[in-house]
Amino acid sequence: MPKRTERLPMPTQPADERIENFEEVNLGFTADLAQAEAKRCIQCKKPKCVEGCPVNVKIPEFIAQIVEGEYVEAGRILKETNNLPAICGRVCPQEEQCEKLCILGKRGEPVAIGRLERFAADCEREQGGDMTVERPSRPGKVAIVGSGPAGLTCAADLAIRGFDVTMFEALHAPGGVLMYGIPEFRLPKQIVQTEVNYVLSLGVTLEKNVIIGRTLTIDDLFKQGFQAVFLGTGAGLPKFMNIPGENLNGVYSANEWLTRVNLMKAYDFPCWDTPVKPGSRVAVVGGGNVAMDAVRCARRLGAEKASIVYRRSRQEMPARAEEVEHAEHEGIEFHMLTNPLRVLGDDKGWVTGMECIRMELGEPDASGRRRPVPIEGSEFIMPVDIAVMALGTSPNPIVATTTTGLDTERWGGLIADETGLTSRPGVWAGGDAVTGAATVIEAMGAGKKAAEAIACYLETL
Amino acid sequence: MYRIRKRQDLSDIIKLLVVDAPLIAEKAEPGQFIILRVRDQGERIPLTIADFDREKGQITLVFQIVGLTTELLAQLEEGDSLLDLVGPLGQPAHLPESGRVACIAGGVGVAPLYPKAKALYQAGVEVITIIGARDKGLLVMTDMMDAVSTQMHLCTDDGSLGYHGFVSGRLQELLDAGEQFDEVVAIGPLPMMRATVEVTRPLGLKTWVSLNPIMVDGTGMCGACRVSVGDKTQFACVDGPMFDGHLVDFAEAMRRNQMYLPEEEKSLHHCRCRGGISHA
Ligand SMILES: Cc1cc2nc3c(=O)[nH]c(=O)nc-3n(C[C@H](O)[C@H](O)[C@H](O)COP(=O)(O)OP(=O)(O)OC[C@H]3O[C@@H](n4cnc5c(N)ncnc54)[C@H](O)[C@@H]3O)c2cc1C
Ligand SMILES: Cc1cc2nc3c(=O)[nH]c(=O)nc-3n(C[C@H](O)[C@H](O)[C@H](O)COP(=O)(O)OP(=O)(O)OC[C@H]3O[C@@H](n4cnc5c(N)ncnc54)[C@H](O)[C@@H]3O)c2cc1C
Ligand code: SF4
Ligand code: SF4
Ligand code: FES
Repeated sequence: MPKRTERLPMPTQPADERIENFEEVNLGFTADLAQAEAKRCIQCKKPKCVEGCPVNVKIPEFIAQIVEGEYVEAGRILKETNNLPAICGRVCPQEEQCEKLCILGKRGEPVAIGRLERFAADCEREQGGDMTVERPSRPGKVAIVGSGPAGLTCAADLAIRGFDVTMFEALHAPGGVLMYGIPEFRLPKQIVQTEVNYVLSLGVTLEKNVIIGRTLTIDDLFKQGFQAVFLGTGAGLPKFMNIPGENLNGVYSANEWLTRVNLMKAYDFPCWDTPVKPGSRVAVVGGGNVAMDAVRCARRLGAEKASIVYRRSRQEMPARAEEVEHAEHEGIEFHMLTNPLRVLGDDKGWVTGMECIRMELGEPDASGRRRPVPIEGSEFIMPVDIAVMALGTSPNPIVATTTTGLDTERWGGLIADETGLTSRPGVWAGGDAVTGAATVIEAMGAGKKAAEAIACYLETL
Repeated sequence: MYRIRKRQDLSDIIKLLVVDAPLIAEKAEPGQFIILRVRDQGERIPLTIADFDREKGQITLVFQIVGLTTELLAQLEEGDSLLDLVGPLGQPAHLPESGRVACIAGGVGVAPLYPKAKALYQAGVEVITIIGARDKGLLVMTDMMDAVSTQMHLCTDDGSLGYHGFVSGRLQELLDAGEQFDEVVAIGPLPMMRATVEVTRPLGLKTWVSLNPIMVDGTGMCGACRVSVGDKTQFACVDGPMFDGHLVDFAEAMRRNQMYLPEEEKSLHHCRCRGGISHA
């Protein structure tokens, strides 16, 4: 029997149903589907896929266990290199990473590695039971700043090595973007909490509601006896367009919109106390994952018209392919090659529309993408009652401005070498705080590398 | 953690809490604030650090019941704990170290005013305090303010105590009578701060106000707190909350603060319906 060249599709909640709720869109493989998909993997001796994964998940090995029906074991293999597999299986841009290099991709569709990862991780999480083992403790006290994927990974890897690890988080809940940014329907918060609890079960202490740079400084941490610090503070500062009307009532940054909806659960208002203005015509400006999440939230909050306004074309959109597809099925409108010029409001100061201009693609710019240029005279007015700006984010300056000897790039990124070491001795950094907004798995990769370097450093003390 | 050590009714609707928060007390400076949550489903709300005691590791909060979260907060008793408490947030106030400063508060604005007046007074500045409220029952912290003021002026809108009228009116009177000030600090409801700023604008008298926009995270992450100051958009939680009053766009600030009025009523009603708030 010839092998199938297509991968098996992910079962999903039907689009007309899911726009009425915040439950997960993807339902996950059943055991039968997982087995069938796992059997497509030809178990390469030199697996290309592994090179595409920033934390080098043992892909053929875990897939082999799925074929054997040893799902929990498959999950444990994942956890050998990836402390948060149930999250990565859901949100990694696999088509750009592991799956891009899968050998089967040459002649057909690559193995659905992400879907299998999700399946195995979920089985392990649900059936795996307690994996805590007594670990010999080693001298060495490390402070982790920020509990996003970078901080969680660095903390876990150091705790596994036996060091004394404390993680400081500014918000009232750990998880970083996983908790406040990525919506429930893509990444259930229960899963984030379970994965965080796993990290804590390794012996990591969590201190919530502590802002490093305000509540405590890096100097304070060293004075308290910490010997090394890892900064996984992310890139949480929102950008605005600086166009007229941006402070009208009804204009949100994507960060505010998503934080209200996800972290503060405004979709469940008034059972939860934090409100959000749902809007009936919502325009989200931007073309990345953040924009896609924001617009799909708007649809679920009841917007009749929920649109993406993006100044480049579909091809340049940086969002994950799956999310764009899901958004289309949910009736999201895409206004490509369109750029807002100003936000319009009524006499009470509420948003009524956006004046936009059509764009065309010109010569390639520094990023290699063709630069969008406005088409003169093509201005038009788009009626909207809520506008969400999803234009990207940059690192928060609180730590950099309160710590001496910590060098930053002009745009705010912390400067670090390939191990994550910053210009300040004993201080490492990784994730979005160094690279600017990137991906979960890259942040985890950076956390892992830094953990290794910190472990070496602590041995020399 | 964050245990309430003392709770006091300053009036029917204004309450004072002293809370254990050693890390915050250690770092707090006049002008800074905290964000707290009372319950798991709860909102994050900002309150000024009205006072701090580094030795005891405690901070004082004074708040007025205006909606759901402040109502829930008012129900906590001594020995109870806040669910979450983070700070100190915002920029410390830039205060002069000598001269003569008018410290003006309307309503519960006296709570955020107090730490500034205290710091000024302790630095040897002459502090001329003007505090006002709707009626005398709502004039709070007068003893505390008195202890850090060179001169005290009380005002009530209804004339039930002191000067009959707004604090801005009293300030105008003092200026008309030839009183000189190096700077003014004015804190209270937006209309009160706007009125005060209009009194000092013609004189070019530097006037600091403390803005109270809607906030979520308090660390610069969301932009909910943006205010227009001069030609610039500023995030009040990290750039403020104190700004040069002559540059603040008050009309915009007032409009933005009204953004969730219907929702705020709804959440209060919803909570009461479910017996979430007891009226013992
Ligand atoms: C809406 C949205 C959707 C996304 N979707 C995807 C996706 O599908 N796939 C993907 O791979 N990536 C996605 N990303 C990107 C990904 O989430 C980030 O690249 C990743 O979370 C970065 O991890 P991090 O640990 O560096 O930082 P963060 O996740 O940002 O975590 C930083 C943490 O540090 C805390 N912190 C900051 N400053 C301080 C301080 N001074 N003191 C104490 N704590 C502090 C913050 O509160 C936060 O909890 C998305 C991002 C967003 C916003
Ligand atoms: C820096 C700062 C310092 C403050 N200090 C004090 C203080 O010392 N004492 C005091 O009594 N009040 C203070 N406030 C105002 C206080 O935060 C609000 O009264 C409180 O958030 C209302 O919450 P609620 O749920 O009880 O009422 P809601 O029902 O949520 O709102 C009632 C009113 O409060 C305003 N409001 C709602 N949410 C917020 C929010 N997140 N931030 C600010 N205002 C909001 C609304 O515009 C509305 O007018 C301060 C505000 C700021 C920004
Ligand atoms: S962690 Fe991400 S990149 Fe690595 S194998 Fe899993 S899905 Fe692929
Ligand atoms: S490259 Fe593809 S086929 Fe080969 S081991 Fe990896 S997943 Fe399997
Ligand atoms: S409150 Fe979120 S940026 Fe100020």
